[in-house]
Amino acid sequence: MALVETLCTRLAAKEPVSVIGGGTKSFLAGRLKDEPVSMQEHSGIINYEPTELVLTAKSGTTLQEIEACLSDARQMLPFEPPRFGVQSTIGGVMASGLSGPRRMHLGSARDCVLGVRLINGLGQHLKFGGEVMKNVAGYDLSRLSVGAYGTLGILTEISVKVLPIPENEQTQVLECSQAEALATLIRIGRRPYPLSAASWIGGALYIRLSGAANGVESAASAIGGETLKTADLFWSGLRDMTATEFNPAGEWLWRISVAPTTPTNTLDAFCFDWAGGQRWLVTQPDDYSPFELAARLGGHATCFARDRESGTGMQPLESGILRLNQRVKEAMDPHGLINRGRLLEEAH
Amino acid sequence: METGQLVAALAAGVQSDRVLFREQDTAPYECDGLTMFKAKPKVVVLPETRDEVCHVLKTCKALGVPVVARGAGTGLSGGALPHADGVLLVMAKFSRILEIDQDARIARVEPGVRNLAISEAVSHLDLYYAPDPSSQIACSIGGNIAENSGGVHCLKYGLTVHNVLSVTVALDDGSIVTVGSDALDSAGYDLLALTIGSEGLLAVVLEVTVRLLPKPEEMRVVMAAFDDVTKAGDSVGNIIAAGIIPAGLEMMDGPAVAAVEDFVKAGYPLDAEALLLCEVDGTKEEVADELARVEAILKESGATMLRVATNEEERLLFWKGRKSAFPAVGRISPDYYCMDGTIPRKHLSLVLRRMREMSERYGLRCANVFHAGDGNLHPLILFDANDPDEVKRAEDFGAEILELSVEVGGTITGEHGVGIEKINEMCVQFSSDELTQFHTVKAAFDPTGILNPGKAVPTLNRCAEFGKMHIHHGQMPHPELERF
Repeated sequence: MALVETLCTRLAAKEPVSVIGGGTKSFLAGRLKDEPVSMQEHSGIINYEPTELVLTAKSGTTLQEIEACLSDARQMLPFEPPRFGVQSTIGGVMASGLSGPRRMHLGSARDCVLGVRLINGLGQHLKFGGEVMKNVAGYDLSRLSVGAYGTLGILTEISVKVLPIPENEQTQVLECSQAEALATLIRIGRRPYPLSAASWIGGALYIRLSGAANGVESAASAIGGETLKTADLFWSGLRDMTATEFNPAGEWLWRISVAPTTPTNTLDAFCFDWAGGQRWLVTQPDDYSPFELAARLGGHATCFARDRESGTGMQPLESGILRLNQRVKEAMDPHGLINRGRLLEEAH
Repeated sequence: METGQLVAALAAGVQSDRVLFREQDTAPYECDGLTMFKAKPKVVVLPETRDEVCHVLKTCKALGVPVVARGAGTGLSGGALPHADGVLLVMAKFSRILEIDQDARIARVEPGVRNLAISEAVSHLDLYYAPDPSSQIACSIGGNIAENSGGVHCLKYGLTVHNVLSVTVALDDGSIVTVGSDALDSAGYDLLALTIGSEGLLAVVLEVTVRLLPKPEEMRVVMAAFDDVTKAGDSVGNIIAAGIIPAGLEMMDGPAVAAVEDFVKAGYPLDAEALLLCEVDGTKEEVADELARVEAILKESGATMLRVATNEEERLLFWKGRKSAFPAVGRISPDYYCMDGTIPRKHLSLVLRRMREMSERYGLRCANVFHAGDGNLHPLILFDANDPDEVKRAEDFGAEILELSVEVGGTITGEHGVGIEKINEMCVQFSSDELTQFHTVKAAFDPTGILNPGKAVPTLNRCAEFGKMHIHHGQMPHPELERF
């Protein structure tokens, strides 16, 4: 408990505090103004009972340890968080709120959070939510803190819903244009197929099916295309963004979140995931036009460039929402001490 | 403030026939689905336009008058209990389905639209809205947002918070914002998650965009009887351990089975100590496969009887029993009081045993229905509201069940909300710092506290008066359960 107590004491003394997990996502949401403390030593799985479908861990526990523990019981984190390095922690996963390919069908990081403990800006160690699937006592401050990049409080413990690893998985590949891919997904989206991911990249649509063997097979034959032999490799490349397209030399990578049915000709994406809900594009360095584009499409953009120096790279907020965001920040961290420089600062 | 003065101020921006203040007009609104608590609102407003809602909010903020929003009034925690000095804002006339987009599989609706009406409106497209609280025939989507409602299918398909893309709300000052969007996530903090389940304390819902799902090709239900509740509880764990997440997994104890069978004649075995309904859905192939596995697990877990509904009619009959549990219990008792604690499932038999002891101690019967998949218990305490002593005993019995839920690591409310009913038990579940944090978040939205005051989060003074010790998480990480 030493680290938690130290952080509480520092905040209670109105000292600014910045924290990181493994530091694998430090390039997102702005540079910290204060030297960060790593939560890595605050580590360990506190409670995991497979039949309850819940795992609780200290925030510094590595994602690797959690996934290994889950897979021993043939379970998984439903939202397939991206892994940008082995030191990635569950606290960082939740602070960033990023989700992988399975998000479209089994929900996001936020959807899977059941409860958290956090240190607020007054240095108080508080618990919200819990370890049960349904819990409506008090405001949902656990889900609120997902994707807040630690600015609403320092996450110390997290309870997540976990699910069984599907018995069978199969990926069908259909060569087609991006527009055709989206049209196909709109068509089959109304059928009760056991889809678990749908992505277009490099001139082909990849559809992953998961579940009982005969259900997967019959859906695969209805959908058509070729069965991909190296499916695990493909999906982990997409999930962890290790595929070459995600690492453009000398260019900036952007994530655009839009309504999945947004026409493909409205933005020049090299890839979409989540059946069209998450699109990826590249721009020249210092080109912030994706903000304007995303706003026009009713979505939002996030800059994933690793070499960017200033600003958060996060979509500027519309005034009414910005005001609420600022007030919520003040409610959780009234003196503005935690993770200064991240999220609610200038975009660029 | 004088009623006449308030009515005049409201009528300046709301058509006058939509402002009710005579006692005979406001009386029907004195309670919601929790009839144990009643209060007559000073004024009832039934707005039909956004401008009218905003006028009410601005007026009440300026005059410091409380505003309680109400949907269909089916809530079970008194969340829409009127404030005696305030305005009850009845959103029932916001009942239009504004848009259905079958390609995007979303529906844009006003808050007064009934939950079931959404599924009915998209049924011809083979789509549906997943959360299905048992009041779905009557409850409104605005109320579902306020309470983060669940239903019998939420283990697999999630709660309201998992099935809503955005809500447009009016804030305390009458300004309008949209939280969330048609995209799957939004920039900034997740205010959508914060708004859903906030029990009308943060904002008034004006419009909701819900996600629709393709209807499963097939649904099959199996009924299993057990001579012991522990075995029934364990069978649920065994199904999940086998990697199966059923669409629905419901349990009833002996007294509930008896009440229901007498009422519905669903074919439930009357000698069962516990009855389990397990529904699987998906494509025909998936369902056949999963059903066979579920049946095998239930047999191995000691089921004394297994029956698969052979046709759709029988499937609906099996479910009718479960869905009629509340009215069925209503037939065998003048009144009943429905609790909503959620517990880690492994503690089920302990909790049931403790509730039987309480039942004897309080001298009141109790029937249990249980969303077994997700640990959400609905004990129905039977009592007679005409007997003040029974009312008192029923309340104490209920409170003790909720405290037990917290003690075993669960929560006082899984899906019905805190409202006014469980406000004291909030002092058991949360520390004073945690409650204070809730209050500051509330103040971020509603600094003068006009929206649904006195509900959901108790003041620290109230907790001090209630005198309950908070069971501190740190001090009782793993309670020594067997000693209780």
